[in-house]
Order: sequence, then C-alpha cells, then structure tokens
Amino acid sequence: MTSRQVDVLVVGSGPAGLATAARLARTGVRVEVLEREQSPGGVPRHCAHRGFGSLPHALTGPAHARLLAESAERAGAHVRTGVTALDWAGPRALTTVGPRGAETLVARAVVLATGARERPRAARLVPGTRPAGVYTTGELQQAVHLYGQRIGTRAVIVGAEDVSHAAADTVRAAGAEVVALVTELPRAPAAPVRTVTARLRFRTPVLTGTTVTELLGRGRLSGVRVRHRDGRTATLRCDTVVFTGDFVPDHELARRGALTLDPGTRGPAVDGALRTSRPGVFAAGSVLHAVESAATAAGEGAHVATAVRDWLTDGTGPDRTDPTDQTDQTDRRDPADPADRYWPAGVPLVADPPLLRIVPNRVAPADRLPYLLRTAVPLTRPVLHITQDGRPLHRERFPLTTAVPHRPLTLTAHWTHRVDPGGGPVHVTVT
Amino acid sequence: MTVTASGTLPVEPYDVVVVGAGVVGCAIARRLAHHPGLRVALVEAQDDVGQGTSKANTAILHTGFDAVPGSLEARLVRDGSRELAAYAAESGIPVERVGALLVAWDEEQLATLPRLAEKARRNDCHDTRVLGPADLYAREPHLGPGALGALHVPGESIVCPWTTTLAYAVQAVRGGVDLHLNSPVAHAGHPDGVHRLDTPRGPLHARRLVNAAGLHADTLDRSLGHDDFSVTPRRGQLVVHDKFARALVHHILLPVPTALGKGVLVAPTVYGNVLLGPTAEDLDDKRDTGSTAEGLARLREQCRRILPALLDEEVTAVYAGLRAATEHDDYRIAAHPGHGYVTVGGIRSTGLTASLAIAEHVTGLLAGTGLDLGPRRPLEPVRMPNLGEAFPRPHQRPELVAADPEYGTLVCHCERVSRGEIRDALAGPVPPRSLEGLRRRTRAGAGRCQGFYCGAAVRALFEEGPG
Repeated sequence: MTSRQVDVLVVGSGPAGLATAARLARTGVRVEVLEREQSPGGVPRHCAHRGFGSLPHALTGPAHARLLAESAERAGAHVRTGVTALDWAGPRALTTVGPRGAETLVARAVVLATGARERPRAARLVPGTRPAGVYTTGELQQAVHLYGQRIGTRAVIVGAEDVSHAAADTVRAAGAEVVALVTELPRAPAAPVRTVTARLRFRTPVLTGTTVTELLGRGRLSGVRVRHRDGRTATLRCDTVVFTGDFVPDHELARRGALTLDPGTRGPAVDGALRTSRPGVFAAGSVLHAVESAATAAGEGAHVATAVRDWLTDGTGPDRTDPTDQTDQTDRRDPADPADRYWPAGVPLVADPPLLRIVPNRVAPADRLPYLLRTAVPLTRPVLHITQDGRPLHRERFPLTTAVPHRPLTLTAHWTHRVDPGGGPVHVTVT
Repeated sequence: MTVTASGTLPVEPYDVVVVGAGVVGCAIARRLAHHPGLRVALVEAQDDVGQGTSKANTAILHTGFDAVPGSLEARLVRDGSRELAAYAAESGIPVERVGALLVAWDEEQLATLPRLAEKARRNDCHDTRVLGPADLYAREPHLGPGALGALHVPGESIVCPWTTTLAYAVQAVRGGVDLHLNSPVAHAGHPDGVHRLDTPRGPLHARRLVNAAGLHADTLDRSLGHDDFSVTPRRGQLVVHDKFARALVHHILLPVPTALGKGVLVAPTVYGNVLLGPTAEDLDDKRDTGSTAEGLARLREQCRRILPALLDEEVTAVYAGLRAATEHDDYRIAAHPGHGYVTVGGIRSTGLTASLAIAEHVTGLLAGTGLDLGPRRPLEPVRMPNLGEAFPRPHQRPELVAADPEYGTLVCHCERVSRGEIRDALAGPVPPRSLEGLRRRTRAGAGRCQGFYCGAAVRALFEEGPG
C-alpha cells in the first residue's frame, strides 16, 4: 500500500467538511477532503427544498452543495470523491480505498465530518413482514431527486418533524399521495407553520400520540398498523413507508479509533475548539449532534478550521505520526509532550435531564463557541443553571422562548472563564 | 446453462425433477449434475434459490454433537459437516470455526453438561470439554453474570448460508441442470408411470421425482398419495446486531437444552454481526415470516441475561424464518421405488450442515429406484465471491483493484460492497431477480444504514442490469 503525507485530512464533504476545507485552504494549508460518494456536498445533495446558504431561503440543497464544493476547491482544497476512509493506520493516519487502489494518508491533523443518518426500520424494532417500499428520508430523497425512481403511490411518513415534512414534499414531488404523518409525540414537533400547511393546504393528517406497530404485506408493503395512545388501532393502507428523523451520528471512524464518545450525542466528545480526545483529531457537523442545520454544520467547520490552524502552527511541534505503527489506535497522550499537555483542555460538560444533550460536551476556560442543547420535553421560559462541583458559574434566562423537542436551544459561552480546569464535570440543569 | 423464470416449461420429460431450490434441493441437483447422462431439472416456487428456510436460519455449521445418536440425522449431519467444511474452503464460502459454548445458568443445566459431553462422544465428537466459570468468563468476558459453567464444543462453526446455496445452484446449472424459478407445483400426479407436475407455467414431466419442498414437502407428498409426516412451520425470529457488537462475543453461545425447550443463542456471523435468536413458535400459516413485538421483546429479555452489553448496540436487521418441524424426531427421507419417488422431509434446522450428505444419500436412493445414473464426472470447481469478514473482501485485494478499478469503487459503504461485485452478481449464472436477491449475493444494503446512503444507487445498478 502506498503512503502519502498531507497537512490536514477532512473526512466527509458535507457542509461541515467543505467549510473546514475552504477556510483552511485559504490560509495556505494543504487540505485533502475524502468523500466516499461520487459527488461532494453530503446530505444537501438530495434535499430539493430551499432554505440553504447564508441568505434565508436562498438556495436549494443541491445548489448549496455545489457552491460549497466550488468554494472549497477554489480556495485550493483537494476534494476527492469516490474515496473511502476505511480505518486508522496511526493516530492521525487513515487507510483509504478508491478506484485507484488503496493508500495510507498520514496527516498532521484529521477532521471527522462524517455526518449522521436516520435510524432505519429494523433499528427501531418495528415488527412485521419485510416488504419492499420501506425507506428512510435519505434513501427516498436520493431515489426521487437523484435517480428519478418510482417510489409507489401512497406513503405513510413516520415522524412529524421538519425532516418528515421534507420527506412528505418528496413523496408529493414523485407524484404519490401522503396518507399521513405519524408521531408518537403528543404534539407535532415541527415548526407550527409546517404542520398547519400539511393539514390545511395538503389535507394530510398529522397523527400525534400514534405509534406504528407493524408493517404488513408480502412482496410489496400493503399497509401499516398503528396504535393511538388511547388504545385505538387502525390500519393505514399504503405501499410506501418512510422512517424519518431519529438521526444517529455516523461515528464508525470515531469508534474504530477508540475516541471518547459523548453518551448524550453518541458522537465524539469535543471541547469548545471541537477537539476530540485524540491530539490532532477534530470533529465538526452532524457527527457531533445528529442533527442540526447545514448552516450550523458549516459554522462549526469554519470554527474548527481556526483550532486546526492553531494545532498546526503552535500546538504541535514535530509530527509524531508513524505510518508503520498500526497497533496503537488509542489516545496516545504523553504528559511530557508540550503538544499533548494542552490537549484537550477542559472538563466534561453534562446536560442533566430533561435536557438530552449538549454540544460541545467538554469545556475549557478559553472556549467561545456557543452551546447547542436539546430537550426531551417542552420547556416554557427555561432558565439554565451552570454549576461545577456545586459552585454556580452562570445562569441564563430565555424569557421569550419555549424550548421544544427536536429544535435546538442555544446557550452562550460567556461564562467559560469561570470554569476550573482542574475541577469536576460542569453540569447544565434547567428550571 | 438454463435458468428460466417465465414462459412455458419444457415438454420433454426429465429423468429427475427436484422440487424445491433450498439448500437441500440445490445440493441434490448439484450432486446429480455429476452424471452427464441425466436430464435434471430443479423447480422452485419463488424467484430465487434459497428463499425459504435456507435464507432465515442461524447460519451455523454444526458438528452434530447433540443429535440423537444412531439417527439418520446424526449420520448425515456428521458426514455433511466435514464435507461442507472442505467444500467451503475450496469454493470460497466463508466459514469460521469459532466453537460453541453451551452455557449453564443453573444447577440443573450444569448437571446436564457431562451427559451432553457423553452424547457428543457417541456422535463421534470427541473434543468437547466442560469449563468452569473462570475459564468461561476468560473466554467470554462480556457474558452476563451468574453463569456456572459451559460445555465447549470447538468444532461448531459459522458459515454463510446464502453463498452455500448459491454455490450449489451455480455448479448444478453449469453442470447442465435446468433451473426453473417462479414454478410453484400446484398439483402432482403419477399417471402412466411418469410424474406430472402442474405449475402456472404449464406441466412438467419427470421419470423420477425428488421432493425437497421444505415447508411444503408434506403437501406434495400427500398429493402423490403418501402420508408419512406433516410439517408444522416453526417460526424463528432473529435479531441481527451492528458490527460494533462483534467484539462482545467470540463463540456461539448456545443454551443448554432443557425440558422447557431450546432457548435462544447469541452467535457471531461471518459478516461480522451478532445474531440473537431464534424464537420457536409453532404456527399454522406456512407463509407467516413476520416478526412480532412479543417475539422481539422476549429475545431481548433473554439477551439481558446472556450478553447484556449487546442491548446497547444498534439492531441492523430483524427477520423471521420458518423451520420445517415434523412430528418425528428424525429426518423423513424415504424412497418409494415403485413410484420413482424420493421424499426429503423434516430437514429442520440442520439441513445446511447436512446438505451434501443428504444429496449423496438421496442419489443412492434414486439409484435404488432403478435409475441408471450413468457415468460420473467431476464438476468444475466454483469460486464464490467472499462475503466474510475473516477473509479479504475485493476492495482489500490490491491486485483486484489494480486490474479493475470497479472493485475499488464502493457503493454500499456500511458493508463495503464495490460496484464490481454488484456487476458480477448481476451477470452471474444464477442472477438475482430482486434487490433482496442482490443483497444476499453481495450484502449491498444489508448494513447498518439499511439503504439510507446506498439504497437508491444500488437500485439504479440493479435496474440497469448486467449490460
């Protein structure tokens, strides 16, 4: 296998990866982006709806994907499609394969921007037969928007989040009927305007408090059985069902590399500079929080670029990667090494229930990136309390906000200088 | 080479027709292909080989250590196991000899282990050993607490059942057997000394008939005027866990059989997943291969005791298969020489292991009905594409990628299936006729994302076809 040195390897060419690459390349850093698909852009490639880019509602997903890729390439980043990062070959080295064969790439820094995917039917343990016509939004959008495939005539959408409505739009664009959106939640979690539009303009029922209990049909799907929380059951006749939302980070490389994962996000744990537990390895985008918007991912890409540059210029010293060493894939921290002493600074940052997660999930005094939280239950005018070892660090009020599940809540980072880097975990609680 | 899936079936009578292209039927057809003088057909109700019990089982290559000593099943499993291990090595079918541990969770089960070891010896399986808890937990550190000991059966292996069935079918077809798919036998009769099988694609005639119809073997048997056994479909639901779980388990973890039934197993698969199951539910409907909420809940409950950490890993797939249970304790393999008819019934869950030995046995029985097999020739060996994690996959073979870049272009990322492998499968001698068939041949779409990334791309390649 051939081996080659690069400055920075970015794995994944979605909004986070491309934004990282563009920003770094502009400052003269040699960046290589690995994309396993045949074209760059990530999930926006198959999101036909508008709402991407810096101007509100300015671009469709595919247009945005093209723009990001062009911008990264114009800046000098090398975006390689059809190349898969298979595994680690050292602390900052990856084995890859593509049509031109296998290659080991040894980098001074690696940025994981591997994104997220929806949990499919089996992972959700929905029983029944195994007929054709079962999709996730990702597969459905690619089938319709990239390949022009036929998807059936009547579709039930599992979920009622924004992504579920996007799936419903795709079903309609394919000329099929949306039978209903079905959610277990007592209230529709999407932006109210979307739910209202579905109900009034498209006359699509949004069934809340309702669970899909079984898929029916041999060969092709013939219907889904549903149960309302009051005990009523019904069969919705359909030949297509789309499982939407319920995103999980694509953390295969993070796990293969034995990076520390955050239990709340199941993605790699990162500090405010988006540094993972391994020196020189960073992460950005939906792999950190499955999922937030493309704009959030791109913002993190720009942010992580700064941290990567700091690591390359003053944090590093000589490159200590040995490409022949394939045994040690764990966190190799050496207290005597000046680079590793500063890596990663900070202490764990924990979101207590009913908060589900917080990103970043480690905190150091110098951190400046605002935090993204998700809640399991609706919170009216929430107040967040930040404490460390029982010591209050900060209190933040959201007087005009009702935080709801499936939407982010943003917390400032103005309080991080009060964190004791030698102390215990920092907790975020809500009242 | 003849594989048909539509149109009228040939009028000319075949020397032998094998009904049912499961692993057993395919093995019999392959065995008969050694005799170029015979005109042989393999007829299958569905659109692919291996679509019944053969595709939804626990994928274990048994030693036969726990068979009923002296039974036909015991002999055919023992012989078949050795033959299949050798055949797999020669044909590129992934097999891993991981060994099994029969884990005892209470004193009663612990007391059973020496008896099981003795039974194993009588089945010619001499290398079993009873392990104490320390040895057991050293081998399986993630095993749930409270296990008292285990019987170690080193010879138990895991195998790819799909590749095995397909390899048999490919060799049979290359050897001159006609494979007729989409040909369910609605009625069979034996007028004028020749079998007549009525199918929606017209009648098929055969001088000798082999009934390897699996779940439907009793129906076919009865329509020919025999009433040897009845098949009760026994549903087994199985849960396939993410490849991240593979590090949690090193052996096939079997339950100790008790009066209350067999319990569930946890086993690695050759693809690198971890299997949990099966349930054992006796049903009436021979088509009810659905999973149920109760079944899945029960499996996960049992898993909590056996391998609790498995519950934290994602589930990649859930499926259910029907095993052909009969009221008898043994295989029901019988010749009816006057009728030129051989029944191969009640092949339950050991059919994959025993398939090659069953084929040999059935061929002997056919000869006993007066069939002149004619000269025997060796078949050209078959080399199957590797789907196993323990052996290099095409993208991991530099010489292959250098010769053909399509093997370096991955389409299904979770399972790392290249465009070259999909192309090869579509152009194969027994090509897939559905995405499911393509998935069985290549694993495309069988991974953790279940098509989120690759589903549409794989479908596009399938619809494009081999050209």
